[in-house]
Amino acid sequence: MTQSIWRMPRWFHQMGSPKWFYGFGGSLQPWFALAAFVLLTWGIVWGLAFAPADYQQGNSFRIMYVHVPAAILSQSVFLGMAVAGAVGLIWKMKVAFMVARSCIAIGATFTVIALLTGAIWGKPTWGAYWVWDARLTSTLVLLFLYAGVMALNQAIAERQIAGKATAILAIVGTINIPIIKYSVEWWNTLHQGSSFTLTAKPSMPADMYLPLLLTVLGSYCLFVLVVLMRTRTQILQTQSGTSWLMQHRDITGV
Amino acid sequence: MYFESLGALWDMAGHGPYVWSSYGLFFALLCLNVWHARSQKLKALKQAKAFVRRNQ
Repeated sequence: MTQSIWRMPRWFHQMGSPKWFYGFGGSLQPWFALAAFVLLTWGIVWGLAFAPADYQQGNSFRIMYVHVPAAILSQSVFLGMAVAGAVGLIWKMKVAFMVARSCIAIGATFTVIALLTGAIWGKPTWGAYWVWDARLTSTLVLLFLYAGVMALNQAIAERQIAGKATAILAIVGTINIPIIKYSVEWWNTLHQGSSFTLTAKPSMPADMYLPLLLTVLGSYCLFVLVVLMRTRTQILQTQSGTSWLMQHRDITGV
Repeated sequence: MYFESLGALWDMAGHGPYVWSSYGLFFALLCLNVWHARSQKLKALKQAKAFVRRNQ
């Protein structure tokens, strides 16, 4: 019984092959680039110029279309990094460690965007750029966690050991994710509740809600694109002596 | 369009500086990320090609 749970299907092991990931990732890249461009452009133009102003916040609410995707992605990417790290630790997949490493910079970027746009939104809404509110503080802790994961990953020269150490720190760091998510319920905060959830009907009209859905989906596509690009770069760096890469059309040009 | 003119879109009833700077940050930081990932990829590709040339 235990053995059947841990025995994974063939496609799962295929994903752990650098050769397979390099080829398959390369074929996915243009589609994710196109999807990210179309969804982000569509969502942002709609949100900026066509969505109606909020009856309380006026036009400053339009910051939501960049702030909310960045905030959602900052947490999802951290979770994704921890899952990839766990897969690397359990099934000893080098590619999984590479994926985890590829998540660090883009995840930290989304966290910085969430904090900065949140601060900018805070000024017209709360009258202050920063308050030591539970949601803001736990998101700042997330940025420090990303910085810690990045520093740890770069401090160890041996890739495999760096991958393991990063995975462990990422897994431990996920404790902060439910704290961020439920901070607005557990403590009295200035920060509003979730703009939308997967389970409940949105409280906003469709004209306000749909552009947000587009920018969230577009940001996910952009994240996948960057992870594919960075993971394939690491495969190039570590597999340069292998026969499959020496014969690949990216190298030979034919 | 929700706004009556491009000027109104730019001004956003006084909220323009907050809204446009947020969008500027979003695009600048994400473009920087994609650009960095791409430049690293091109660098690695160049090194891999050089490795193959050396070992031919």
